[in-house]
Amino acid sequence: MLGTVDRIIDSYGARQEALVQILLDIQHELRWLPRPVLERVAARLELPLNLIYNVTTFYKHFSLVPQGRHSISVCVGTACHVRGASRLLGRVSEALGIKPDETTADEKFTLKTVSCLGCCALGPVMVLDGEYMSNPNSTDIAELIEKCE
Amino acid sequence: MAEVNLVINGEQVRAQEGMSILEAAREADIFIPTLCHHAEIDAYGACRLCVVELRQGDRSRVVASCLYPVAEGLVVETESEKIKNYRRTILNLLLQRWDNIPRALLDRYGAAPNPRYVENMTFCILCGLCVRYCRDVKGANVLGFIGRGTIRQVVVFPDQAMKYCPTCGNGEMECLHYCPTGVITSDYQGTGPANGQPLPHAYPVCIRDETNILEILERVGHLEY
Amino acid sequence: MARLASVADLEKLRQEIVAARDPGKTKIAICSGTGCRAYASEEVIAAFRAELDQRSLADKVEIVTTGCHGFCEQGPVLVIYPEEICYLKVKPEDVAEIIDQTLVGGQVIERLLYVGPDGEQKVKESEIPFYHHQQRLVFGSNRFIDPCNIDDYLALDGYRALAKCLTEMTPEEVLAEVDRANLRGRGGGGFPAGRKWAATRNAPGDIKYVIVNADEGDPGAYMDRSLLEGNPHSVLEGLVIGAYAIGAHLGYIYVRQEYPLAVDNLGRALEQMREYGLLGKDILGSGFDFEIEVHRGAGAFVSGESSALMSSIEGKVGEPRPKYIRTSISGVHGRPSNLNNVETWANVPLIINKGADWFTAIGTEGSKGTKIFSLVGKVNNTGLVEVPMGVSLRDIIFKIGGGIRGGKKFKAVQTGGPSGGVIPEEMLDLPVDFDALTQAGSMMGSGGMIVMDEDTCMVDVAKYFLEFLAEESCGKCVPCREGITQMLHLLRLICNGEGQPGDLELLEEIATMTKDCSLCALGQSAPNPVLSSLKYFRREYELHIEEKCCPAHVCKALVTYHIDPNKCRGCGACRRNCPVGAISGEKKQPHVIDLDKCTKCDTCFMVCPPKFSAVTKLSGSEQLPAAAPAGEQEQ
Repeated sequence: MLGTVDRIIDSYGARQEALVQILLDIQHELRWLPRPVLERVAARLELPLNLIYNVTTFYKHFSLVPQGRHSISVCVGTACHVRGASRLLGRVSEALGIKPDETTADEKFTLKTVSCLGCCALGPVMVLDGEYMSNPNSTDIAELIEKCE
Repeated sequence: MAEVNLVINGEQVRAQEGMSILEAAREADIFIPTLCHHAEIDAYGACRLCVVELRQGDRSRVVASCLYPVAEGLVVETESEKIKNYRRTILNLLLQRWDNIPRALLDRYGAAPNPRYVENMTFCILCGLCVRYCRDVKGANVLGFIGRGTIRQVVVFPDQAMKYCPTCGNGEMECLHYCPTGVITSDYQGTGPANGQPLPHAYPVCIRDETNILEILERVGHLEY
Repeated sequence: MARLASVADLEKLRQEIVAARDPGKTKIAICSGTGCRAYASEEVIAAFRAELDQRSLADKVEIVTTGCHGFCEQGPVLVIYPEEICYLKVKPEDVAEIIDQTLVGGQVIERLLYVGPDGEQKVKESEIPFYHHQQRLVFGSNRFIDPCNIDDYLALDGYRALAKCLTEMTPEEVLAEVDRANLRGRGGGGFPAGRKWAATRNAPGDIKYVIVNADEGDPGAYMDRSLLEGNPHSVLEGLVIGAYAIGAHLGYIYVRQEYPLAVDNLGRALEQMREYGLLGKDILGSGFDFEIEVHRGAGAFVSGESSALMSSIEGKVGEPRPKYIRTSISGVHGRPSNLNNVETWANVPLIINKGADWFTAIGTEGSKGTKIFSLVGKVNNTGLVEVPMGVSLRDIIFKIGGGIRGGKKFKAVQTGGPSGGVIPEEMLDLPVDFDALTQAGSMMGSGGMIVMDEDTCMVDVAKYFLEFLAEESCGKCVPCREGITQMLHLLRLICNGEGQPGDLELLEEIATMTKDCSLCALGQSAPNPVLSSLKYFRREYELHIEEKCCPAHVCKALVTYHIDPNKCRGCGACRRNCPVGAISGEKKQPHVIDLDKCTKCDTCFMVCPPKFSAVTKLSGSEQLPAAAPAGEQEQ
C-alpha cells in the first residue's frame, strides 16, 4: 500500500503544492485514505498532519472510511430535486438500511449523493456502478440490489 | 510609513498606512468589538463582529474592520443602527454555541438567546485563535481544523500534543490564554489542564462537541491515541 | 507531425486537412455527451461501427463521436450530413435500419424524427424549434467536432484567432478588443473581462498567471462541462490569447474531478497542442512561450470562489482569502492572476476573429453576446441552450423549452444556482441579462435555469439550497456558518409543520445580516434563495406555518397519501409494490392505505396506472372528494 503511495508522490516530485492531486490519485487507487497513508504523505511532503487532515476532511471526494464494493449514487442536483430526488433517495436509503455517505455493514454498498451528473433529462437519476436509472420505484430498487454480488 | 487621515464616527483620526481600521480605531480609543482578533496574530476575519460601515456620499458598504486597510479620506461608522443590528444578530447566533458571552457585550447590543434557534453548545466559536497561535506563532501544529461548513471543528492531534504541549509556556500551554470562551481551560468532563493533564485527552478541543465526523474517524483508527 | 513554426505552417496544415475531407461524403455525428451517454449512445456508436464494417461501408461513411448537441431530452441524438437529417432517441437496434433505409436507400425514417406538440415532423436539425430559436455561437461547433481530434477544430478555423493575435496584434490591441467587446464574466458576477485582464496586466510583477475556472459548482448546471468535453480547444485557444494579452506564461485549468471525461479530453487536447507547437516555447514562431497545467478539484463548491480556487491550486484548503485585495493583484502564490470561467474564455476567439463590433451587436445594452443555459427541471425539452442576451425567459422556457411537462402549470424559474433566486410567472417577460436578473433578486450565475411547476414547493426549494450550502460553506465566518445553520433549522421546522408566527421575520433578519456581513461571495449570496422566494411566494410560507399545508404536496410531514375510492379499480399495483405492506384491498375493490405504516415513499403514486390516477396526496385541510353514492361505482 505504501509502495503505491510513494510511487504517486514521486510522480509529482513530492511537491507540496501537488498535495490535493496526490491525494486524489491515492484515493483513486486505494478507494479510501487510511491513517498510515496520510502519515506517509505528511512525512514525504514535509507537511504537518493537521494540514493533511484539514484538506482531506474539507474536500468531499476524499474518503477516510473504506468504501463498499458497489457504489450507488443518487443525484440531488436541483433539476433532480424538483423532480423528486429526495423521495428517490428515501427509497434507496430505506432499501439499503443506510444513510447517504454510509456503507452497509457487509461492505457491499456505499450510498452517495452527487450534485448534477449532466443528464437532467433522466431525472431523478440513480447510478449503480456506472449504470444510470431514471426514477426507479421501491420494487425496481429491491431487484437491483438483489442482483449485486 | 506615511500617515493617513480618516474619519471615524465623525472624529478625525490619524493612522499609519498599512494599519487596519480596527487598529486605527483602537489607537484612538474607539471601541469595536471582536472575538477572533489578537494583536499578536494575523487578522482572520471570521467572527465579523468588527463590521463597520464605510460611507461614500449616500452609499455605504459593510466591511470587516480587522482586515480593511485605512486610506486617506475614509469615512467610517462603527455604531450605526445597521451595524448594531448586525452585531445583535451575530451575537444571538453565537449564543447557540457559547452561552457565556460577556454580559456587557450582550447588553450593549441587546442580544439574547432565541428559543427558535437550534442549540449547538460546543463552547467553541471557531475563532481559530488557538489553532493560529499554535501554528503561526509556535510552529507546533498540535491543533487543527477538520471538516467544513456547519460541521467544521477544532481538534487536537495527540502525537503532536505529547511532543509540544508539556514544554509550551513551561507546562502552562500558552494557547489557553487566547481562547475567548475559555473552553480549553474548562473542566466539563473531568479532563483538561484543570485536572493536571497536558491537554484534554479527548479530542476535540471543545469537549462537548461530538459530531459524526469524529466518531467515524475514531472508528477506523484515524486520530487514534 | 512536426511543430508548426509559423502562421504560414498553420494555414498550410489547415488547407491540407480541409482538402483531405470530402464535403459530399456521408458523415454521421453522434452525440456522446454526458446526457446521451447515460442513454447508452456509446452502444449506438459501436453498433454503427460494427454494422458499417460488416457491409464494407466503413470508408464511405464517417462516424464522428461528438460532444453534447444540447437536446438532451431526446438523446441519443445523431445528425446525418450533408443532408442534416436529425434522428432522436436512437437505439442500437435502429442502426441497421438507418443504414439500409437512409444511408443506402436515401429514405428518411419517420419514426426517428422530431415530432412537435402539434404532431408536425421535422427532418432537419435546424428546423426543430428547440434549435431554431437559438443562436449557437459558442456551443454550436460541438456537433461538428470530435473533441479528441484537434484537426476537426482546425478545419473550422481553429487557432486562427490565436495566429492573428500573435502576428498582427500587440498584447495591448488584443486587450483593447476584448475590452471594447464588453465581454462580461459568464461564471456568475458578470465582471467585465477586459477590465480584469487590464488589472492583471498592469499589476506589478513579472510572473503572472491565467486560470480557467471549470469548477462548475451549481448543482443544476452542466454547460461548462459540456463545452470542455465537447470543444476543449475553443477554451484553450481563448486562454492562450488571454495569456498573450496579459503577459502570462503559465496557465492553470481548475476542473472538477467529478468530470472525468472533461479531464481526459483536456489532457488529450493539451498533448495535441504541444505536438503542433500551439503550446510550449515559441508558439507559431512568435517568440511567445506558454504552458498549461491541469488541476483537478476534489469537490468543494466554495472553491469556485476565485481566491479559494487559487488556494486550491496551491494544494491548500480551498477557503476564500479574507483580505480586501483583488486576485488580479495577488492571486496564486501571491502573484497577479486572472481567472475567467470556461464559457468566458471560449468567447475570446470569436471576438478576435469577428471583432468587437460584431460581438456588441448581439445582446442588450449592458450584456453583450450570447449565454448558454442548462434548461432543466419541469420543462419539456431538457437541454443546453444558447441564446443572445436579452431574450425573455418566456421565449427560452416556452419556445425553446417547449413549455411545462405533462401539461402542468408554470410556477417559477430558478436561475443562478445556490447564489440565485426564483422568478415568478408575472416576470416571465424579463429579458435575460446580468443586470435584469440581479434586479429581480436573482442572478445570472453560471447559467443554471431550473423550471418549476405547480408541484414544486418553494419553501422546500429554499430549504434544498440551504442544505446544499450548509455542507458547502467552508465554515470559517460566523454569518455564513451560523446564519445558514439557523436559517436551515427554521426552514426545516416550517416544512415539518412546526413553523410559528415570527419565523419569517427571523429568517429575514438572519438573511439580511448574512448577505452584508459574510466574508466571501458564497455567504453573501447564500440568503438569496430564501429572500427571493419570500419576496414572491410569501403566501406559500404562510400556508405552511398557519395551516400546516404544503399546497404543492412536497413536504413529507404535511402530506398524507390516500386512495380515492371513486377512482380505484382494485388493480393491485400499489399493493404489490408498497415496500412496507401498508396497502390492503381485495381484487377489483378500492384499496386503502394504512397511514400508520405508510412511509410516504411515493411508490404507490408512481405505479398507479395513469388511467385511474387513484392515489392522491392531501395536505392541510384538503379532503378526498366525497364518496360516490352507492351503486354508481358498479356502472
